[in-house]
Amino acid sequence: MSSQDIPEENLPAEQGDAHGAVKVADEENPFADPGLPPHEHRIQDIDERAAKRSERTVALLFTVSMLSTIAFIASYVAIPVDRSIYVWPIGHISALNFALGGTLGLALFCIGAGAVHWARTLMSDVEVADERHPIEASPEVRAKVHADFKQGAAESGIGRRKLVRNTMLGAMAMVPLSGVVLLRDLGPLPGTKLRHTTWAKGKKLVNMNTGEPLRPSDVAVGSLTFAMPAGLDEHDHDFQKNIAKDALMIVRIQPDNIKSKKSLEWGHEGILAYSKICTHVGCPISLYEQQTHHVLCPCHQSTFDLADAGQVIFGPAGHALPQLRITVGEDGYLEALSDFEEPVGPAFWERG
Amino acid sequence: MKKLSVRRRHPLAAVVVLLIALAATGGLYTAFAPADKAQADETAQTLTIEEGKKLYLVGCASCHGKGGEGTSDGPSLVGVGAAAVDFQVGTGRMPAQQPGAQVPKKKNIYSQAEIDQLAAYIASLGAGPEIPTENAYNPEGADIAEGGELFRTNCAQCHNFTGKGGALSEGKYAPSLEGVDPKHIYEAMQTGPQNMPSFPDTTLSEENKKDIIAYLEAVNSDDTVEPGGLSLGGLGPVSEGLFGWVFGLGTLIAVAVWVAARTAKAKKS
Amino acid sequence: MSTATTTDSRDKRGKAPAGERVADWADGRLGIYSLAKANMRKIFPDHWSFMLGEVCLYSFIIIILTGVYLTLFFHPSMNEVEYHGPYVPLQGQLMSEAFNSTMHISFEVRGGLLIRQIHHWAALVFLAGMFVHMMRVFFTGAFRKPREVNWLFGFLLFVLGMFTGFTGYSLPDDLLSGTGVRFMEGAVLSVPIVGTYLSFFLFGGEFPGGDFVARFYSVHVLLLPGIMLGLVVAHLILVFYHKHTQFAGPGKTNNNVVGMPLLPVYMAKAGGFFFLVFGVIAIISAIATINPIWTMGPYRPDQVSTGAQPDWYMGFSEGLIRVMPGWEINFWGHTLVLGVFIPLVIFPLVLVAIAVYPFIESWVTGDKREHHILDRPRNAPTRTAFGVAWITWYMVLLIGGGNDLWATHFHLSINAITWFVRIAFFVAPVLAFIVTKRICLGLQRRDRDKILHGRETGIIKRLPHGEFIEVHEPLSQEQLHTLTAHEQYKPAEIGPAVDENGVTRKITRREKLRAKLSKGYYGEDNQILKPSVEEYKEITSGHGHH
Repeated sequence: MSSQDIPEENLPAEQGDAHGAVKVADEENPFADPGLPPHEHRIQDIDERAAKRSERTVALLFTVSMLSTIAFIASYVAIPVDRSIYVWPIGHISALNFALGGTLGLALFCIGAGAVHWARTLMSDVEVADERHPIEASPEVRAKVHADFKQGAAESGIGRRKLVRNTMLGAMAMVPLSGVVLLRDLGPLPGTKLRHTTWAKGKKLVNMNTGEPLRPSDVAVGSLTFAMPAGLDEHDHDFQKNIAKDALMIVRIQPDNIKSKKSLEWGHEGILAYSKICTHVGCPISLYEQQTHHVLCPCHQSTFDLADAGQVIFGPAGHALPQLRITVGEDGYLEALSDFEEPVGPAFWERG
Repeated sequence: MKKLSVRRRHPLAAVVVLLIALAATGGLYTAFAPADKAQADETAQTLTIEEGKKLYLVGCASCHGKGGEGTSDGPSLVGVGAAAVDFQVGTGRMPAQQPGAQVPKKKNIYSQAEIDQLAAYIASLGAGPEIPTENAYNPEGADIAEGGELFRTNCAQCHNFTGKGGALSEGKYAPSLEGVDPKHIYEAMQTGPQNMPSFPDTTLSEENKKDIIAYLEAVNSDDTVEPGGLSLGGLGPVSEGLFGWVFGLGTLIAVAVWVAARTAKAKKS
Repeated sequence: MSTATTTDSRDKRGKAPAGERVADWADGRLGIYSLAKANMRKIFPDHWSFMLGEVCLYSFIIIILTGVYLTLFFHPSMNEVEYHGPYVPLQGQLMSEAFNSTMHISFEVRGGLLIRQIHHWAALVFLAGMFVHMMRVFFTGAFRKPREVNWLFGFLLFVLGMFTGFTGYSLPDDLLSGTGVRFMEGAVLSVPIVGTYLSFFLFGGEFPGGDFVARFYSVHVLLLPGIMLGLVVAHLILVFYHKHTQFAGPGKTNNNVVGMPLLPVYMAKAGGFFFLVFGVIAIISAIATINPIWTMGPYRPDQVSTGAQPDWYMGFSEGLIRVMPGWEINFWGHTLVLGVFIPLVIFPLVLVAIAVYPFIESWVTGDKREHHILDRPRNAPTRTAFGVAWITWYMVLLIGGGNDLWATHFHLSINAITWFVRIAFFVAPVLAFIVTKRICLGLQRRDRDKILHGRETGIIKRLPHGEFIEVHEPLSQEQLHTLTAHEQYKPAEIGPAVDENGVTRKITRREKLRAKLSKGYYGEDNQILKPSVEEYKEITSGHGHH
């Protein structure tokens, strides 16, 4: 901002000197600063008994703190960590947590209260004014610093020897690249990993609750079941990674209530298998309303219509919930016909 | 499959699909249907059904139709089963007071005997899940930790980690499970009331359901130990944030006001 | 022994007291006396709102102390182990070592739960304190020259605090925080061109991988707190160097600072306040649970709970994400995930909006003087209105971030709340701006009235001819001074288009914009002129009292 386009006249008159701390007679300026009011004594300043009382209060607070610390140590030693007690109105709580927190809190609070009471009643309460000095340096200092800097710069020759300066800047600019390169091994490249799940043709749908494969007759209209591909085990090293994409939500809707032909075909007699992973940011969506066939995400309330190919009907999700094509295998169990035809979970740049 | 999809536009395709679907649902319901009752009870059973029908005509028929066939105000009750009746009436949801996004739980006005009669009548309209015996839902000896995992997989998405309830779309909600009778929890899983999906025994076994009930009993009852103190509704960071602002920062600001306040001056005499 | 030691403090044997000798020794090596000369009796003004920064400083220290303790027990590893601890509802469950060790801290280490809760409660208070402290600085205009740099330091601390909090919240690897990390993966994936690569580098491959806890750990305990510690020190040095601002009042000018000396009063008050803050947070941690990971269970990418929210300070970003429509553009085999990427871009912009304000204001006023006297918010109506509009914006987003809980607790439809937030995002700040400005101007008018006509006493007097009047009591000189001490700018004019030599000057768009803004700030209807001495004299001498 150049000073040219700031008309100084819109600034208010300088304060301070005109309104100085000197009392100006009422006649001239009724708004003048009357200066610091005279100091008034506290009771403790004039009554030694009151001061003594304050002193005793402060000492009492410090003593309570000491006792509280002893109580803290005693509680630590005496109360077993798994003991619970009933404290009205809090309820059944850990005795140790309550005792330790209470005694520690009291011990600390009393030190603070004592110190503050001491300061408020016994230390001097005379208000003092301290001068302020401008933060800016005086013009002489400013000129000196500028001159010193110019001299230093000239002596280094940085302005004159451009080759030195430019190569130095180049070197300094490049050296951090090593640090950036070092970050490469933070993780593998995405490749097409986000496009695939464990699901494949012939993979049985295994009930998450029982660990058994599902038959069509197990799945009642209006029911909700969660499934994973056969072969996944909680104890596997990459279970978490797989279930983050494989989790399946199985519902059964009367076929004539299914609005989307594709949904009906991809299911089996009204049994529809959808990805449990929200297409918004990946929460496990599963708040299924069996009368409306809507499923709501608990994180950001994206709502999908399972009777209509998982279309988004409300909320921030950008695309439909992927459906898994299922059928009944020869042995009578539900199985996948293929992997999901589109990536499950949140959208990403390469999703297309 | 390919052959099938080629013929999907055949004029008879819809009929075939419908037949398959009907057969499948019918089959399912028969699968759920309990084994034939003992013949000896038949007369008593018929009497109960008669009583149930009377109650039905007074309290339910205006919405669900004279024969439980359903109207525009209420769904058909054919095949919903006794468990559904026991849940809906036992938790006071039915008879419903007014239309809305969801029928809320309220004070139950029927005695258990009346509910049983109603249930028997509805069950006579079409087979459906039976009222569970105490054996089925008694969580004694169940695996709490397993129940926790099942709860987080099947239930927590709507009902929250420890069953405190949560929101669904358009004003609907998953109610809190606090203080709900284990029998009703069992029946709800079995029958899927209102918009809740069902979790039939074929996909969530009786054992699984017991585990879930045992877990809920452990983490969401009056005796549940909250080691850290007030659970703040068990609602997570929102209530924690509110508490932190109001009681944490609020208290500290009150303390700061005291620290910075002027000490009382001696009165001028 | 230094011979320069003053003689009067020596005892009979001619030796200085031990403390003095230690100080002399240190001065000879560190030069502490020159430092102490300037600072030992440094003056700090007393006002409760000046202690908000101390709340932040102290909760930061508490977080560091308790955090160090937690590192002694926490294992930042994602290796799967089976739980065999005392908490029955998780026994036999598979979980990461991170979760397992957090369970260990909470149930088996004596006092571990307390320290964990103090750490987390202090973090919430730290962020809340910074927010309020920042607003105090904003509404009183304490950010003006020479404190703009310190304003930025403070702002950076707030932003870094948010991310330190987020990484810490993710460390236990519980179901709630894991859901938050999964959200983060989705957000990173939405970045055009490089998003997928960033996500793979961040998680060491596909989500969740086995690396993020260890990586977040070093970011949470080393990188971010290290930067923050540096910034806190710089922030404090500048506070000392600039000396504290003060409110207008008798005896207080732009060239002085009135208050109590650091030694002893402030030492006792500020030092005591540290213990008070620590004590309050410890007591809260004794009675209120925070982040009970045992109820949430270990993270599994196929499990979730309703009511999944981040800690409050990330709530506004959650709101942005929740209310954004699901826009997605596919072209040439690529996907532009606007539904996630736009909120990701607006997120920093919300914060930057408040951070850059001081620079905009100083450009509009063109004021290059130092300011050490604070404004009352009403005396800077446009600034105050902007601040309230920003807070409103922020709060609307917070509501959006908790839309599910609003729905269940107030029996509303979640869809209706989302639509409300979508509209309020644009409308509410504007309304808040207009309303706040009107309120400020109203208060300015009231001040003006008070100065000219005195305080309304509530005493009704009947005059001899039957008229009833209320007695107004004239203000004392202290009050008159305090109410008239603020400065009032005149709107900036665009300079003459033709200079004295008759050369036409090009008036730039910038100048026009600036003049327009300046008029909006200080124009006729945008501030109430404070009474002049002449006005006051005319009224007071003219009719006497009313």
